[in-house]
Amino acid sequence: MRTKRLAIALATMLAAGCGGAAETPAAAPATSAPAGPVSLTYWTWAPNMDKIAEVWNQANPDIKVTVSKQAGGDDAAAKFLTAAKAGNAPDLVQAEYQHLPSFIAADAVADIAAEAAAVKPEFSAGLWGLVTLGTESVYAIPQDSGPMMLYYRKDLFEKYGIGVPKTWDEYAEAARTVHKADPKVYLGSFSSKDPGWFAGLAQQAGAQWWSISGDAWKVGINDAATTKVADFWGGLVQEGVIDDMPYFTPEWNKALNDGTQLSWPSAVWGPGVLESNAPKGKGKWGIAPLPQWNAGENFSGFWGGSSTAVSAGSKNRAAAVKFATWLNTDPQGIDLLVKEAFVYPASGKGQAALGAPPAYFAESQPDFWQQAATIGTSARGFTFGPNVGVTYNAYKDAFDKALQDKSPFSASVGTMQDTTVADMQKSGFTLAQ
Amino acid sequence: MHRRHGGARLSAAPYLFLAPAIVLFILFLAVPIGYTVHLALRRTRVSGLGLGKGSRREVFVGLDNLRAAVTDDELWAGWLRVLGYGTLVLVVMLGLALLFALLLDSAHVRLARFSRIAIFLPYAVPGVVASLLWGFLYLPSLTPIGGIDFLSASAVTYSMANVAVWGGTGFNMLVLYTNLRAIPRSYYEAARMDGASELAIALRVKIPILVPAIILTTVFSIIATIQVFTEPTTLRPLTNTISSTWSPLMKVYRDAFVTGDLYSAAATSLVIAAVSLVLSFGFLRVVRGRAFGEGR
Repeated sequence: MRTKRLAIALATMLAAGCGGAAETPAAAPATSAPAGPVSLTYWTWAPNMDKIAEVWNQANPDIKVTVSKQAGGDDAAAKFLTAAKAGNAPDLVQAEYQHLPSFIAADAVADIAAEAAAVKPEFSAGLWGLVTLGTESVYAIPQDSGPMMLYYRKDLFEKYGIGVPKTWDEYAEAARTVHKADPKVYLGSFSSKDPGWFAGLAQQAGAQWWSISGDAWKVGINDAATTKVADFWGGLVQEGVIDDMPYFTPEWNKALNDGTQLSWPSAVWGPGVLESNAPKGKGKWGIAPLPQWNAGENFSGFWGGSSTAVSAGSKNRAAAVKFATWLNTDPQGIDLLVKEAFVYPASGKGQAALGAPPAYFAESQPDFWQQAATIGTSARGFTFGPNVGVTYNAYKDAFDKALQDKSPFSASVGTMQDTTVADMQKSGFTLAQ
Repeated sequence: MHRRHGGARLSAAPYLFLAPAIVLFILFLAVPIGYTVHLALRRTRVSGLGLGKGSRREVFVGLDNLRAAVTDDELWAGWLRVLGYGTLVLVVMLGLALLFALLLDSAHVRLARFSRIAIFLPYAVPGVVASLLWGFLYLPSLTPIGGIDFLSASAVTYSMANVAVWGGTGFNMLVLYTNLRAIPRSYYEAARMDGASELAIALRVKIPILVPAIILTTVFSIIATIQVFTEPTTLRPLTNTISSTWSPLMKVYRDAFVTGDLYSAAATSLVIAAVSLVLSFGFLRVVRGRAFGEGR
């Protein structure tokens, strides 16, 4: 609470302030076409990307890439959309798969099919679908992906006498066993703050939140698969055998570190999180495929993952695509991505290039990358819609409310569906019935 | 006034002096407000899938956005939450500020300088940092105070109010204290000669003289409370009990930057501005006679 405010009218400035920015004239691009060296700006939050760009700049003096480090997450998407609206977007931008459709809908990223179609064979059909939305256009080049798996404490699973759950039924049984043995200990937590996590679990169950049929969007967030996933977790939370603290909070970190959370259904980028948040668990965690809905099945979903897109306003599209292609498909680029930026590359040949396991898993899971690669092939995704921000925000609010009111989780899925559809109708999207 | 130079030059001079202020006002206040109004009257219309060039255009929608903002249940629920929170903050913070100011001003106080700085210091801590600090103290597994879940649905309003009170009391205390120091000491001597105790002096002499300053701090606090944003936004990632539209300003932020709807955000901003104006000027109108009557 601060009372330094000058005028009552300041309340209007929040929205107006960014509007003001929108009126500033577009920054003039440094160069126009092939004449002379080209200068590109690149917004990304991958670590050490400036070093990787430096390697490129040394080898390609005619295309100079300047990296501007971003804060990642939903804020980065909002920032890019605002910059694009203001006409001063960077040439290249790291775009998470779920935000790419919003970028396309806002006309903020370029269709690079002419320049980039040739790299299609590098990627799995599922990932390629995420950057084309199933159309003839190509809106970005996949960079990394986040197939989901189950991280678990090997030593504590042994201590509580539970095996690695093969099905979600076994997972529920294990959750009961563990919590009964020690009421302070939980097998895992349901996070109402991580819609991407829930989307991945829904993908595993076969959900299709959005799809394009002809000239219309179909929204199916409350489909049978998603409702099944929601009610499964809702049941465990209401039974009290699964915790409900959000991920990535100090409290959750503490629980991971002191061994009161025994597992985490997460993505391939999990080691970095565990290493910094649960240093005491080094050498004690293992990975396994996600529990399945039906015994004998083998499916996973995606949580996170991003691509490199070229902004619609870029005056140097060809050069930008050239860099993005090198970064994500050239052996040298992929090698740097793996070693410097610690990403799990989207490119098929990149995954084969992964060598030593992350240090955190060196003792407990020396075959980390082989396991991850096997699990990765079983992951299935879905098309993201043009208003993921609305849906994801609805997830947070609806599940927060469900946890507070102890109401059924399937109702929250219904709220997500209704909010998403209402927003699309308000904007005028054509919706299939 | 002596007219020593040409009339034309003289009449231009005031405008010249005013020019910087006018330019700044237009650039940073009038234009943004105008642009907000402009945005509030418009909306993007998508056709078909909304993908590709030309499928999205901005259209004029008149008062639709404003109507939607005013009739949005979530916004009014937010106002109610802020009303409860604000009443709590206003009463406790200004009460404490007044109490501390009177105590520091009393004749028998010890360690006055140290206490003054200690009470003022939290104001120098940025709101985000203060919320984070308190947030960590509130987390059930990290808190040194056991037995209470500070972030539960029933307690979270009090927990947030506590952060605001902690941060705001010092500033308000200083405003009141400075006003107290400006009161001529002879008033107190006269009161003492009439047999008034220290308590009676505080209640019957100091507080009545302080009324204009109390009103000033109240108006500032009302405005700041209506705009509450930092505390709930910073605490939100730590708990399930604060929604993304907990306060009206959070709804503006969500609309503009999370769901990408600048138009609704602009419309809601205008509604917030209107409510702020009504509340602040309404309060001033109610107390005007009392506070500033003597000056007329």
